Amino acid sequence: MNPLAAILVRDMRLAVRIGGGAFMGALFFLIVITMTPFAVGPDLALLARIGPAILWLGALLASLLALDRLFATDHDDGSLDLLMMGGVPLELTVAAKALAHWLTTGLPLVVVAPLLGLMLNVDMHALGWLTLTLAAGTPALTFIGLIGAALSVALRRGGLLLAVLVLPLTVPVLIFGVTAANAAIAGPTPFSPAFTILCALSLASLVLGPIAATAALRHGLE
Amino acid sequence: MTELQAEGLTCSRGGREVFRNVSFKVPAGAALIVTGRNGAGKSSLLRMIAGLVRIAAGRLSLNGGTADTPIAEQAHYLGHQDAIKPSLTVAENLQFWTRFLGSRSDIRPALELLDLAPLADLPAAYLSAGQRRRLSVARIVAVSRPVWLLDEPTSALDAPSQGRLSNIMRDHLAGGGIIVAAAHGAIGLDRARELKLGVA
Repeated sequence: MNPLAAILVRDMRLAVRIGGGAFMGALFFLIVITMTPFAVGPDLALLARIGPAILWLGALLASLLALDRLFATDHDDGSLDLLMMGGVPLELTVAAKALAHWLTTGLPLVVVAPLLGLMLNVDMHALGWLTLTLAAGTPALTFIGLIGAALSVALRRGGLLLAVLVLPLTVPVLIFGVTAANAAIAGPTPFSPAFTILCALSLASLVLGPIAATAALRHGLE
Repeated sequence: MTELQAEGLTCSRGGREVFRNVSFKVPAGAALIVTGRNGAGKSSLLRMIAGLVRIAAGRLSLNGGTADTPIAEQAHYLGHQDAIKPSLTVAENLQFWTRFLGSRSDIRPALELLDLAPLADLPAAYLSAGQRRRLSVARIVAVSRPVWLLDEPTSALDAPSQGRLSNIMRDHLAGGGIIVAAAHGAIGLDRARELKLGVA
């Protein structure tokens, strides 16, 4: 087995075992979305209008939830030292870890999104489009968050710092994600320009995230 | 003939100079024991060779090693932290590191050598400190790399395991390997050179 595949398998295994925290994001997402109608009140029209925004915000917060442990656990038990001594470039190792993280925390969000959309009175035919925007946008959230995770790796309470560092960087993703979703649901702006930019943001972060995170990890050497 | 060579190494951490101007040569088949009081920089020196601490000044080279490959990728580092995931089994932990460090070899012989085979399917959370140490040693046995950097390798090990470890180290040296170990006491290698840090 290739070293990167080994990382992917290990991280996914760790995530689904006890104490791993996969699906915690999806549960958090579920709670946030369930609470919204209670806070906003039973105004179906209003719910439908803010539905995509709430879904996107929920996904954003949920995907940050487990991110601070991405490198911290490996740092604490010495695995990170050995990961740096592997024969594969650290950038690829970091990307493989991020991919495993997205598969165990981002993908479940995408899978439950249609169900949660129903609770927010999102139109049936628009659910598919809304889910598609999340599928295209959540990788960007993970790979941008990766940078924050690498920067806060050695800090005990890195989670809070991570949110402060990462959330501003995710603003473009949020804007174009919600714009694309709204366009699919209500119009009148077309869906594809916003969606294309969202995809571009994801692709760019897929490349830049691991490079920046690796630089942060190397800088933290000492 | 491989040879690990350091010239005028200087290490500073957190703005404080830990050691300066350390030079040594370790040819293939030889061991270097690094000694010194607490804080003299034994662990820092090992981590420096492993590429985990920046070299403030000086040069470090592995002559005759694989060209264009950093020393870090030709070395094993056995530190105080054992890089073991408690929720994975003993075999899964070892299997992962073997694959990640780029070896296709079977993990069975390494498990048996360290007497861990009966524990293979046990989650690593249930291992004792000595058993965790043995699992770390199994990692460096399973993947072949010429330079071994061992930070107090005998800590937490009982007498039979210490004997097993010195046999493993002797085999490694006999096969042309290089060992740099930080230690306070004897680690069961005779005819090892000694480098004393912190005497200036």
